[in-house]
Amino acid sequence: MAVLIYTQNYDGKFKKSVFELVTYGAAAAKEMNTDAIAVTTGKLDETTLKELGKYGASKVISVTNNELNDFSEQAYASVIEQVAKKNDADLIVLGNNPYGRAVAPRLAVKLNAGLAAGVVALPSSISPFTVKKRVYSGKAFADIVIKSDVKIITLNQNSYKIEENPTDIVTEDFTAEIPDGAYAVKPIEVVKSSDKLSVTDAEILVSGGRGLKGPENWGMIEEMAEILGAVTSCSRTVSDLDWRPHEEHVGQTGKVVAPNLYIAIGISGAIQHLAGVNGSKVMVVINTDPDAPFFEAADYGIIGDAFEVVPKLNAAFKKFKEEN
Amino acid sequence: MKALICIGHVPDTTSKIKFTDNDTKFDTTDIKYIIGPYEELALTRLLDLKDAGTEMHITAVNVGTAETEPTIRKALAMGADDAIRINSEATDNLFIAKQIAEVYKNGDYDVIITGKESIDYNGGQLEGMIAEFLNLPSVSGASKFEINGDKVILEQEIEGGDLKLEASFPFVVSAGKGFLPESEPRIPNMRGIMMARKKPLQVIEPVAHDAVTEVSKFYLPEPKPACKMVSPDNVEELVTLLHEEAKVI
Ligand SMILES: Cc1cc2nc3c(=O)[nH]c(=O)nc-3n(C[C@H](O)[C@H](O)[C@H](O)COP(=O)(O)OP(=O)(O)OC[C@H]3O[C@@H](n4cnc5c(N)ncnc54)[C@H](O)[C@@H]3O)c2cc1C
Ligand SMILES: Nc1ncnc2c1ncn2[C@@H]1O[C@H](COP(=O)(O)O)[C@@H](O)[C@H]1O
Repeated sequence: MAVLIYTQNYDGKFKKSVFELVTYGAAAAKEMNTDAIAVTTGKLDETTLKELGKYGASKVISVTNNELNDFSEQAYASVIEQVAKKNDADLIVLGNNPYGRAVAPRLAVKLNAGLAAGVVALPSSISPFTVKKRVYSGKAFADIVIKSDVKIITLNQNSYKIEENPTDIVTEDFTAEIPDGAYAVKPIEVVKSSDKLSVTDAEILVSGGRGLKGPENWGMIEEMAEILGAVTSCSRTVSDLDWRPHEEHVGQTGKVVAPNLYIAIGISGAIQHLAGVNGSKVMVVINTDPDAPFFEAADYGIIGDAFEVVPKLNAAFKKFKEEN
Repeated sequence: MKALICIGHVPDTTSKIKFTDNDTKFDTTDIKYIIGPYEELALTRLLDLKDAGTEMHITAVNVGTAETEPTIRKALAMGADDAIRINSEATDNLFIAKQIAEVYKNGDYDVIITGKESIDYNGGQLEGMIAEFLNLPSVSGASKFEINGDKVILEQEIEGGDLKLEASFPFVVSAGKGFLPESEPRIPNMRGIMMARKKPLQVIEPVAHDAVTEVSKFYLPEPKPACKMVSPDNVEELVTLLHEEAKVI
């Protein structure tokens, strides 16, 4: 028995979302009276590996095959399968991010395991195994009962609180077998995006909509983000108009985000927009139209013209930051 | 190219979501159904490639009861050549994937395409499951699909950037945003709708496969307390509220 957590690294380092996964996996392992084991791919130094012990993993298995420096759904799924079998894993936890989403379905077939994707809480029951997941694009949740022996879940980012729970973690190297043809889809190159935090990693998002009239008016949005240590995002209309890059588009057909604070400026709050952002802890809306649907979803609102309110708010945020 | 495209039958994006039977069933009253938005993008992309001269035969496949037929007909009206419906309730994703894998084995398709995720179940699972059942290579959430001789150039968003990939047939791919550059999905015209009535829609029975997941209960999000309004002339109050009450700054 074990809970196996797939801990993705980025350029040899773990992001905060991985610590969230480990905290979650360790809590689930506790409920199941078993150990939380992390598995990593690619070369990582010992200190980095041991960081996972801070969040409750008792062991980390480092799969060191060189090939794994390039991502392949087939190779990664096969590697995790091998580690899962060797450690008799009965729950496998992955992030609901591009890697986890690509790999988990293959693992489900390999292990004849039921899969719940986009889970938002610890299992509410271990037997029958029941977890809550996001459905209807954020408009609802569902309890999923998984009946197979092995269970797989992908955890939505920002749905579980990171907590320290130090263990004497042991590290173990593992050389996996890479199946023939695992790289049949050939990686050609990685077009790097900028190093700044992505909208899904951000704790605060400052988001702009068509109400801002044009890309030339984003200076004050960027300024607010800068003051708050936030990242900028936008509505689909804005990215469709090419006012902002597509990575910033949030919503049902864009990125699904769940920051602590989401500030929507000149965004009407269409149902498809809200579906992607209503996992945010606190939402603020600034809009000229008191009937904009966003006011029904938000926690705090200002009815007013962004071109007057935002500069004033920026000054107030700045003053606050200087004093705190 | 012979493409098998997996068509989901999902509630329209503006639907108000409600449940019945003690919150164990989706309430279909007043719900309008559509083709899943991501597979609709993918179908449009294939039709654009066909219009631009790529040889293409498109088969739409759906696992569903007779209720899903209008949605399948819409895919035919948009321009798919023929369609297959596997006559079964679509519940467990491993079950659905198994059915589509069977269809693939009985045709000679070059590529299987799904949407990145359904907008009702939000699983994003089918592409990987089908590929694994068939031991085929796969790409999840592709944001580009360009034909280059007998290869396809794809892009996939990964942490820190976009991974450019080259795939040879046959393979499985799920379509994300960007799969269809620029254009909006096609709205079928009268002629398309008329023609769709005559296109073949084959109904087959499912193969057995045990379901290993089920939904035991649905929940709507907790209702939010009313939005607290702050005067535009007193923005400092918002800063105080965010700091002291919401504790997010
Ligand atoms: C299948 C489908 C999927 C979709 N997916 C998404 C998605 O993922 N994400 C998404 O965002 N949208 C999505 N949409 C589009 C969505 O329906 C809306 O059209 C879009 O969100 C509107 O963007 P907006 O709020 O920026 O613009 P608008 O709706 O034009 O709203 C602009 C707002 O700005 C306000 N305003 C104007 N001037 C000012 C000012 N000076 N100061 C302050 N406020 C001002 C207006 O009152 C208005 O409320 C989708 C639509 C469909 C059909
Ligand atoms: N019942 C179904 N029949 C055919 N294809 C489906 C069905 N359900 C989902 N799909 C396809 O699988 C994709 C991912 O669905 P999901 O794994 O439920 O998020 C969808 O975008 C569709 O392309």
